Parts: sequence; structure tokens; C-alpha cells
Amino acid sequence: MKIRRALFIASPWITTLSFFLLWEAGCRLFNVPSFVLPAPSAALEALIQYWPGIWVNALQTFLTTLVGFVIAVVFGVALGVAVGASAVLYRALNPLLIGFNSIPKVAVVPILVLWFGIGTVPAIITAFLVAFFPISVNVATGIATMEPELEDVMRSLGASRLDILYRVGLPRSLPYFFASLKIAITLAFVGAVISETVASNQGIGYLMLSASSTFRVPLVFAALLVIAAMGICMYAVAAWFERRHTKWTIRSTEHSRFAVGG
Amino acid sequence: MTEPVAPPESIAVPPAFVSVENASLYYGADSDVLALQDTSFSIARGEFVAVVGPSGCGKSTLLKLISGLSLPTAGRVIVDGQEVRKPLKNIGMAFQNPALLPWRTTIDNLLLPLQVVRPHRHEFGRKRRQYVDHARALLAKVGLEGVDDRFPWQLSGGMQQRVSLCRSLIHDPQILLLDEPFGALDAFTREELWDTLQALWEEQKFTVLLVTHDLTEAVYLADKVLVMSRRPGRVTYSAKIDLPRPRNEDTRFTPAFVEHVRDLRRHIGHARSTP
Repeated sequence: MKIRRALFIASPWITTLSFFLLWEAGCRLFNVPSFVLPAPSAALEALIQYWPGIWVNALQTFLTTLVGFVIAVVFGVALGVAVGASAVLYRALNPLLIGFNSIPKVAVVPILVLWFGIGTVPAIITAFLVAFFPISVNVATGIATMEPELEDVMRSLGASRLDILYRVGLPRSLPYFFASLKIAITLAFVGAVISETVASNQGIGYLMLSASSTFRVPLVFAALLVIAAMGICMYAVAAWFERRHTKWTIRSTEHSRFAVGG
Repeated sequence: MTEPVAPPESIAVPPAFVSVENASLYYGADSDVLALQDTSFSIARGEFVAVVGPSGCGKSTLLKLISGLSLPTAGRVIVDGQEVRKPLKNIGMAFQNPALLPWRTTIDNLLLPLQVVRPHRHEFGRKRRQYVDHARALLAKVGLEGVDDRFPWQLSGGMQQRVSLCRSLIHDPQILLLDEPFGALDAFTREELWDTLQALWEEQKFTVLLVTHDLTEAVYLADKVLVMSRRPGRVTYSAKIDLPRPRNEDTRFTPAFVEHVRDLRRHIGHARSTP
């Protein structure tokens, strides 16, 4: 039993390590040239070698993501509350929102460049554009799925719509909101990197692009590893934040925590 | 059928506190489903009235009409001398689903109505301590002690329903509206809660309308039981339950009690067979 428990705890490390070991073994066994698929050891080597450059660009991407994410939270919550609290707004905005969310955001980047030039601004806006949607949808869901009985109880106490929103709707949507943050932060990150890849002269996305155009493939993979690691870290922070702020949902089964991806 | 304008001077007919007069209600997207047809009845102040009937007969609709959450398509509803034209502001409600706020402890769930109802909402900050004492006293009366700081998911179904009942009473409501509040509980818990509710009512004599499909429950608790027909719902029979109070487990096995239940059962059967 003890061994099983230890295995359970160590399982994420075991799978991740196995993945890299298999990759390394495959590259060596089949003699894959490093400009096609460098072994993880080669990528690691590149990571160390180019660390000063990678570090600066990673920080740039991180800050871009953070700014885009914060704007997405503010806008996403406002929109989610409005749409969740008003059936009319929900109905009116629904097609527009779904249509907007269906547009691949890479397609928007050239337009943003046209408006704001190459650089950080389009990356921030792209991060914002991909990240606000899941936040809105989740907050709106949390508010709109209020038990009808509870609404009757509140209304027959003389509660205004604002009272109901403040006392029931908003607290009720909190777990949905925190669940959506995990998704939104990773999406914002992807958005920022995509925009940097298409139109920027700084950031980890740009680094990857310029490395691949000069056939420094190990460096490309080193950048990919950094991106993945940063994504995991941001997700972990959001998850920690979620656990900390919505303890009451952990045992309350009727309000299962879920989030919708964008 | 119209209510007499001035009831005769006898104690037998107390003045109506709630009076539903020829009320009909349509609902649905095109307002084409007749939920309630030409219904009239009245409730005296401090009276305990139960409504029974086949499922889907519009029993819950009645509660919505009295609270003003729905307005009648025809006829009118009068509460305390005033025609109901918008939601009343001091009603107590409890449902089959306890509908407690999962992020609030027992005490904080009980305080919710006091944070909303006038005038308490304006005094909440100042009188919080007093309100908390009041909530504790009420919890003690329904046999819930030492659960003040527990969350709903830490309570059993019966305990949650007790909290829900307390929440519907804490603000001293004008009318208590109960929609099958004991429907989802096991038989023993249900019978315990009947006595809890009866004891609270004996003490405070609030005006109650209880919707239920359990005839024993209706006869055990109510002064008057109304039978509703199938949709479109209308009150087809009214039985006065004059069994002495307080009623207890033995009451349920007396011939008079059984006869009341049988009488209601007959009228329900009638209500079911008429289209």
C-alpha cells in the first residue's frame, strides 16, 4: 500500500522523466540529425549556452502575458457578470461572442500590427483576446445557474436584482472564476507567443523564429522547453490561487468545479 | 364564489388575512397553459393551511401567486387588505431543496434574510450580535446545537432542512410558504420535522401555507386542508381539521385522524378522475 501511494505521488515526475528518456534514446538509437530533432541533451546544452538571451526574452514574454492576462480578467469578469445577470444581454451578445471566439487569433495579429506596429502591443492584445473568453463564460455560468428556489427566497424577501447578484450570484460564481483563471493564463501565454512569432523583435516567440530561420534547431527546442516550463508554472500559480480562495467548493459536490476552454 | 365583504360576527369565521379571489393563471411562452383556474380560498391570520393534490396540479403556482412572484391573469390576491401587484417583501419560503448557500456557515445562512429584509438590512451592522443570538436561539428550538460554524455539506439532509426552515422564519415573515419541504427526507426525519414545525407554529402562530402530496402530513399539521384538481388546478374541496392540539404520534392513529385522511383521499381520487 505504501509503495502504491509513493508511486501515485511520484507519477507526474516518472512520466515526464520517461518521456525525455525515450526521446533521448530514440534520437541516439536512430541517429536522428540534430537539425531535424535534437535530443533533449542537445536542447539542454543550447539552453545553458544561450541562457542570457533566453532569459531576457522569456521575461519579456512573461510580462507581456501578465499584462494581457490582467486586462482579460478585468474585462472578462465585467462581461461575464453583465451577461450572467441579464438574460437579455446573454441572448443579445451570444452570437457575437461565439463568432468572435471562433476566429483564430493568429489571423488577427497582422491587423493588430497594421494598427499598432510590430512589438509588444499586438502581443498584449492577442494575449487579452484569447484569454477573456473563458473567464466571461465561466463567470456568466456561475451566476446564471443559480437555483431558482434561491432566487424565489431572495425576491420574496424584497431583494433587488443587485442584492441577489451581490449576496448570491457573485459568491456563487467565484469557483467558476478561479477555475477559468487556470485556463486563461495558459491561453494568454500561448497568445503572446503566437503574436511574437508572427510580428515582434523580442520575446521567446521571436527567439524561436529567428533561431529556426538560422537552423539553430537545438535552440528552438530549448525555447520550446522554456515555454512549456513557464506554462506549467503559471498554471500552478493559478491552481494554488484557486484552492486558496474557494475552499468551500472542495467538498460541495453539487457545484462541481469545471471550466470551459476557449 | 365571492368572499363575504363583512364576515358575520362570530369567532368561527375569522377575517381573512390572505384571500385568493377567482384567480386564474396562464403561463408558458405564449401564455397558453392554464395552470390555475378560477381558484378562491382564504387563510386567516395565524392559520395553518395545507394544499394537497395530484402532481402537476399547480400547487406551487399558488405559492407564487400569494408571494407575488407571479401575478394572476384573472382574479386577484389580497394579503393583509392590500391587493398583491408585485413581490411581497417579507415572506418566508422553504422548498424540498434546502437551497442553502454552500459558502456560508449555518449561522451565516440564517443571517441572510436579515441582510436583505427591511428594516433589518439597515441595522445589520449595529445589531449583528443581537441577530446572531436570535439565530442561535432559533437553532436550539429546532434541535440544532453546536453546528453554528459548519458548512451545509457537513450537515445531514434533515439538518439542512432544519436550517432552511429556520432561515424562512428568522425575519418573522408575514406569511410562511412551504413547498414540499419534507418531501426528500426519510420517514423518521420527516416525522421529527413535523413536530419541530408544529412546536414553532404553536409558539409563534405564524400564517402558513404548506404544499404537500402527503395526506398524513397535511392532516397532522393543518387547521384546514385544500384539495386541488388536476391541471388546470382549482380548489375542489376544503376540509377543516379540528383535531385537538398539540398533536402527537398517537393522534395519527386515532379514528378521527384516519377518517380525515380517508376523506381527503376520496376527494383526491375524484380530483384525479375529472378531466
